[in-house]
Amino acid sequence: MSDSISEIRSATPSSTADVIRSGLRRRYRKEKTFRRIGLGAIVFGLLTVLFLFFSIGSKGYSAFQQTFVLLSVTYDSKVLGLGTNPTEEDLQTANYEGLVKKVLRDLYPTVSGRKQKRKLYKLISPGAFFEIRQRVLHNPSLLDTTEQLWLPADDDVDMLMKGYIDRTLDEDSRRLSDLQITWVDALERQGKIRKRFNSTFFMSGDSREPELAGIGGAMMGTAFTLLITLTLAFPLGIATAIYLEEFAPRNRWIDLIEININNLAAVPSIVFGLLGLAVFLNFFGLPRSAPVVGGLVLALMTLPTIIIASRAALQSVPPSIREAALGMGASLTQSTLQHVLPLAMPGMLTGSIIGMARALGETAPLLMIGMVAFIVDVPQKLTDPSTVLPVQIYLWLDSPERAFVERSSAAIIVLLVFLISMNILAVILRRKFERRW
Amino acid sequence: MVESNCRFSIFHPYHQMNVWILLVLTAVSSVISYTLGKRKSLKLSASSAEKLHSLPTYYGWHSAICCGLPALLLISIWLSMEQFTIERLIVNTPAILSQTLSDNELNLLMSEIRNAAAGIVLSDTSDILITASSKAYKELQHTSRLILWAATMVCLVVGGIWGYRTICPTFRARIRVEFILRLFLIVMSTLAIFTTIGIILSVLFESIRFFKLVPLTDFLFGLEWSPQTAIRSDQVGSTGAFGAIPVFTGTLMITLIAMLIAAPVGLLSAIYLSEYASYRLRSTAKPILEILAGIPTVVYGFFAALIVAPMLRNTGDQIGLGISSESALAAGIVMGIMIIPFVSSLSDDVINAVPQSMRDGSYALGATQSETVLRVLVPAALPGIIGSLLLAISRAIGETMIVVMAAGLAANLTANPFEAVTTVTVQIVTLLIGDQEFDSAKTLAAFALGLMLFIVTLILNVIALTVVRKYREQYE
Repeated sequence: MSDSISEIRSATPSSTADVIRSGLRRRYRKEKTFRRIGLGAIVFGLLTVLFLFFSIGSKGYSAFQQTFVLLSVTYDSKVLGLGTNPTEEDLQTANYEGLVKKVLRDLYPTVSGRKQKRKLYKLISPGAFFEIRQRVLHNPSLLDTTEQLWLPADDDVDMLMKGYIDRTLDEDSRRLSDLQITWVDALERQGKIRKRFNSTFFMSGDSREPELAGIGGAMMGTAFTLLITLTLAFPLGIATAIYLEEFAPRNRWIDLIEININNLAAVPSIVFGLLGLAVFLNFFGLPRSAPVVGGLVLALMTLPTIIIASRAALQSVPPSIREAALGMGASLTQSTLQHVLPLAMPGMLTGSIIGMARALGETAPLLMIGMVAFIVDVPQKLTDPSTVLPVQIYLWLDSPERAFVERSSAAIIVLLVFLISMNILAVILRRKFERRW
Repeated sequence: MVESNCRFSIFHPYHQMNVWILLVLTAVSSVISYTLGKRKSLKLSASSAEKLHSLPTYYGWHSAICCGLPALLLISIWLSMEQFTIERLIVNTPAILSQTLSDNELNLLMSEIRNAAAGIVLSDTSDILITASSKAYKELQHTSRLILWAATMVCLVVGGIWGYRTICPTFRARIRVEFILRLFLIVMSTLAIFTTIGIILSVLFESIRFFKLVPLTDFLFGLEWSPQTAIRSDQVGSTGAFGAIPVFTGTLMITLIAMLIAAPVGLLSAIYLSEYASYRLRSTAKPILEILAGIPTVVYGFFAALIVAPMLRNTGDQIGLGISSESALAAGIVMGIMIIPFVSSLSDDVINAVPQSMRDGSYALGATQSETVLRVLVPAALPGIIGSLLLAISRAIGETMIVVMAAGLAANLTANPFEAVTTVTVQIVTLLIGDQEFDSAKTLAAFALGLMLFIVTLILNVIALTVVRKYREQYE
């Protein structure tokens, strides 16, 4: 362009228009290219969002179903190793594993040899005998009767039923042998194997067996952790915002606090994990892996977000409200608590919900304070060792079984559903209570 | 835990519910004080000729505060000191003093006593010292809780009566209540300072311990990083190598790849959305892009490790490039996607802050829209754009889950983006996951890395925030 400018300067008035005109086409072409590049950037962003959701959704949706096998179980007291009138303890320790094996042998009486038998036993989840024990303990009169039961299949069978195992592959590079596949196919023809809604996934804790693993424990841990976070961060954040925005004098001390809060909002979350480890675990001796500590760390982490959002909400209340209240003889506290705060509350709530959504998805600081342990039991109280949903996703991803990847994706879907509903709630709240002044 | 001579287990001094009951009791008596105080002030205002200074509710609040606040303070201070004091008393008994134990042994003994007192049997309980001490421990706990109960009761009653009796027409209850409220708000708002101090002190102390073991220069300029060898002090090669350069370069490389994606895409989409897009496109595309900012990082980690990395490896195999399955490229690309919305929304604000008159002036001179953007808007908004890029970089450096899940563990000193590298955050996580003892160089190294991370991101943030603020002031 500098060339054309010098040309214009040297040219006579009549030729200036010519110079500009001759360059116009080139400039319009540039304009068009630039516009296309910009559109390309947006399309790239949107496509990434779509691709991300699609790839996770397509990997995870199948985990909401689980394969079950219909077996006719005879509660034979001889196989269980029980005498007449067994005590409760006898029932606890009876040989349920043997019973499941016997049931499977009865299903395919022709199977012989240890190797084949072992393959046969592998069709059913190791958790099946827990279920049978539970049934017997619950109702001892079932002994020596027969009933039809849908028992969970092993994760490899589950993967086969869901089409994740390539049948054309060489037998050695598959997790199921040809023989096992023919068994499963035969069961399918008889209608004795089918997929049902996977309630285990939502109810139970973690497990080494994918078909028994669930997010129940992680969801409970998340609930406890977020409860602590909310009860600490919400009142603290709002109180701080009110003080800084409405009461604080303008001085160095307050400036220091403000700079601090802005910087804390940008400190990497893992540093908060280090703080939790050094201060809460090592100095105060709080229990490892406990939701209490997780909640404390996340509260410190979300505090700046809530403070900043609450201050913005307070700033959006016009000064005329304050002046009117003060003019009517209200004290500064009365004007703030009775007039400004109610008007700013929706904005504060929106900010807090967004802060909590961030806390819900946070993983790194919780790894530091030991919430990454393998925990089977669903936590019952705030100091029980537990894990949270994002950490559970991370843990499952480390496992080699294909079925855990599926479960991990399904857990992501659940997590995203929670996050999106929280965000929608925030948007609705904002729409409903937003006031234009 | 519950002794036989105790009939009501819930009122048993060791019982956890016990403190909750105390708190509920405090709350209830505060509510009672509130109603009594309010009623008295109402009566006063009806009977006496003098006008009350404040509204009746303030007298109620004042009574409630007088009754409940001292009790609450007492309970919290008591509970935070209780264990420490009891353990001090136990340690100073002649039976334990006579044993001349080291600090570590003493800690071990103390935790055994604590467990025994709580009824958890871990080791053999035949040890006379432990049984005797745990009994003493229990008794001390018992007395402590009894004293707490009694003291709280006294507090509640005395405070309540005092609050009630101070009510008279000339008493300035509103001033008092508002003062206490403001005090409370000040205490709350200084908490942010304490968090910062907590972070700095906790990370600094452990780092100093680390630098006593490994000199600072070795850490900052060493070329080899292999901390995993230093698990136990009595192992061969227990010193390990703590040269952090490979870790820093790995972090830089992944950040660079991320910025190569996020900076152009974020900036261009911000420009397009604010200058070209129709209202409809803007109002749909902007929230969708912002979804990217709300997705948890663990999901991006999943995306990087399970979808992008295999995709890259397969493409690499096809065109004959050996791309490692934990390549810096996969982690960097996904991290770039993650920070697109940070760049775009921050630059969007910045571009919108440029006054309309500058655009109008440029159009009046006959410039096309793209010329206006590139030669007027971008130069005018440059400080703000740089600020937003700096914030994005600090976000990328501190990001943990993507790199933990998709980048490698081994610290390779390489400039090849197809190879596996490691980052500061990955090392912190791998060094600290699982049980660890706190005096080995291995675990302390994590704090040194954390200190570096904190300092670098803090500097970036301070620069970015000042630049952005200066820039905003310029156009306001």
